[in-house]
Amino acid sequence: MTTEATTAAKKNTAAAAKAKPQRVYGRTKARLQKGVVYGAAIITFAVLLFLIAYILINGVPHLKPSLFEWTYNSDNVSMMPAIITTIEMTLLALVIAVPLGLFTAVYLNEYASRGNKLVNVIRITTETLSGIPSIVYGLFGMLFFVTQLHWGYSLLAGAMTLSIMILPLIMRTAEEALMSVPDTFREGSFGLGAGRLRTVFRIVLPSAMPGILSGIILAIGRIVGETAALIFTAGTMAQIPGLFQSGRTLAIHMYVLSGEGLNMNEAYATAVVLLVVVLLMNALSAFVAKKLTKK
Amino acid sequence: MQGEIRFALSHCLWGENMNETATRQKGEMKNLLEKVMHGVFFVCALASILAVALICIFLFVNGIPAIREIGVLDFLTGTTWKPGNDVYGILPMIVGSIYITAGAIVIGVPIGLLTAIFMAFYCPKRIYGVLKPCTELLAGIPSIVYGFFGMVVIVPVVLEVAKFFGAGISSGSTILSASILLGIMILPTIIGVSEAALRAVPNAYYEGAVAMGATHERAIFSVMLPAAKSGVLAGIVLGIGRAIGETMAVIMVAGNQPRLTASLLKGIRTMTANIVIEMGYATGLHREALIATGVVLFVFILLINLTFSVLKRRKDV
Repeated sequence: MTTEATTAAKKNTAAAAKAKPQRVYGRTKARLQKGVVYGAAIITFAVLLFLIAYILINGVPHLKPSLFEWTYNSDNVSMMPAIITTIEMTLLALVIAVPLGLFTAVYLNEYASRGNKLVNVIRITTETLSGIPSIVYGLFGMLFFVTQLHWGYSLLAGAMTLSIMILPLIMRTAEEALMSVPDTFREGSFGLGAGRLRTVFRIVLPSAMPGILSGIILAIGRIVGETAALIFTAGTMAQIPGLFQSGRTLAIHMYVLSGEGLNMNEAYATAVVLLVVVLLMNALSAFVAKKLTKK
Repeated sequence: MQGEIRFALSHCLWGENMNETATRQKGEMKNLLEKVMHGVFFVCALASILAVALICIFLFVNGIPAIREIGVLDFLTGTTWKPGNDVYGILPMIVGSIYITAGAIVIGVPIGLLTAIFMAFYCPKRIYGVLKPCTELLAGIPSIVYGFFGMVVIVPVVLEVAKFFGAGISSGSTILSASILLGIMILPTIIGVSEAALRAVPNAYYEGAVAMGATHERAIFSVMLPAAKSGVLAGIVLGIGRAIGETMAVIMVAGNQPRLTASLLKGIRTMTANIVIEMGYATGLHREALIATGVVLFVFILLINLTFSVLKRRKDV
């Protein structure tokens, strides 16, 4: 009897399969789609992994002490001046852009009334700024800071250009961080008699700090990797620059090296340093942002 | 300036042991400070408007005269770029930019979109915690490193493969190489925006589809994906903006010959590359023509941004 039942069941399924060929087709199609999705994801992350591994494997053996000598010459091809320039450039650009971006976010989120037309204009201009490619920033920096203001190729011109470039990034992340602070915090502060200013500086900004910080760290990553905006504003001199002197950051150093084609090993080594900095910055930013969500 | 503010703040907000007049003074000062800082925040908020205005003014003022001198049509549709002979036609560069961007879209969009689908609907939570930062890292790698990678890996590989198939080319710096590299570079943009759009679709859509007997795949591809269409489109438009504005990476792999060509296996020059390569030594009309190239690029970008915000607004509605 059991065998009869199983044969009957088999017949049934066979009949079902015959009756619904569409369903079978749908299943292969689904399987195909699933495969394509997995394939694409594998390609994406394999490319990333391969790129990082390739640069590290080819670059790390060329990280010699002579690459970190204090002054650059064509023998040692030292990247130390470039490292110092990068740090100088980053600090300078942040000093200009962070207060501007942060205060703009404070104004938009804490002061401006809803439906304010100016707020819309600021949002639109910020969106525009974030879409402008770095070469256009570079052109503008060259026309305005270098030529019009007669600063020449200089650290300051480069930093000013970069600070405009990272302004939208800092603003957007700061605004998001401010928005994530619950209104009850503000109401509590107002209820205790604090003014708006005190509420902003003592209550809102401290609670939004992780979000703001992670934005700043991302901005550092962008500054470190920037090339096109700096070539015609900060120039390409391999020295440790003063405010009005030309200097090359690590990214430009790498561009010059790979353009000459004579010092490819050193270019690999520079790529390793750049990559490590960017990796660190990303990890740090993610870490800080995670702290925010845990709270 | 911040030091002053902090000083004033601590002085007026946390000052203690004051008598009545001092308290009144404190109140007045506090009011004043409130007003001053309101003003400071307001002025800072105007910075981005000022920046956009300055960028527009300086680009157009420096670029328009050259376009006028060369002639709008000659400049935009001229097919030869010979600064030595004072011939400035940037059509090859415009076509080059469009060509390479289109190639990047063809390569980057399918992979990026499917990866976004993976991230939104297939990825186990534990792996997601690793992969999400990876896509952010992909966005954070400097373009110069991408360019270098393209130069030492993609260009030789393209050359070898092309030779294997019997194409008689001597250099791997081609439209194809640039498209592949840019396709990789726009992946994080496409993945990020598309994933957000897919996640914004209400879960009830998915549940409804599955309840009606659709497979996981069918629910995603026939219900969720169409629902997220305008967000995905916005991501693609943003990717186009990234690709057309990319400079350093393209210079290192595209060959940079200012010519009109239909072959994928020939080098080409983009607008961005044109600016960087020649700006270093250009003078007079040549320099202005390069700035004018920047103006054309800028107008392209503004149009793309406009499309992006229109698409985004439509998504919000």
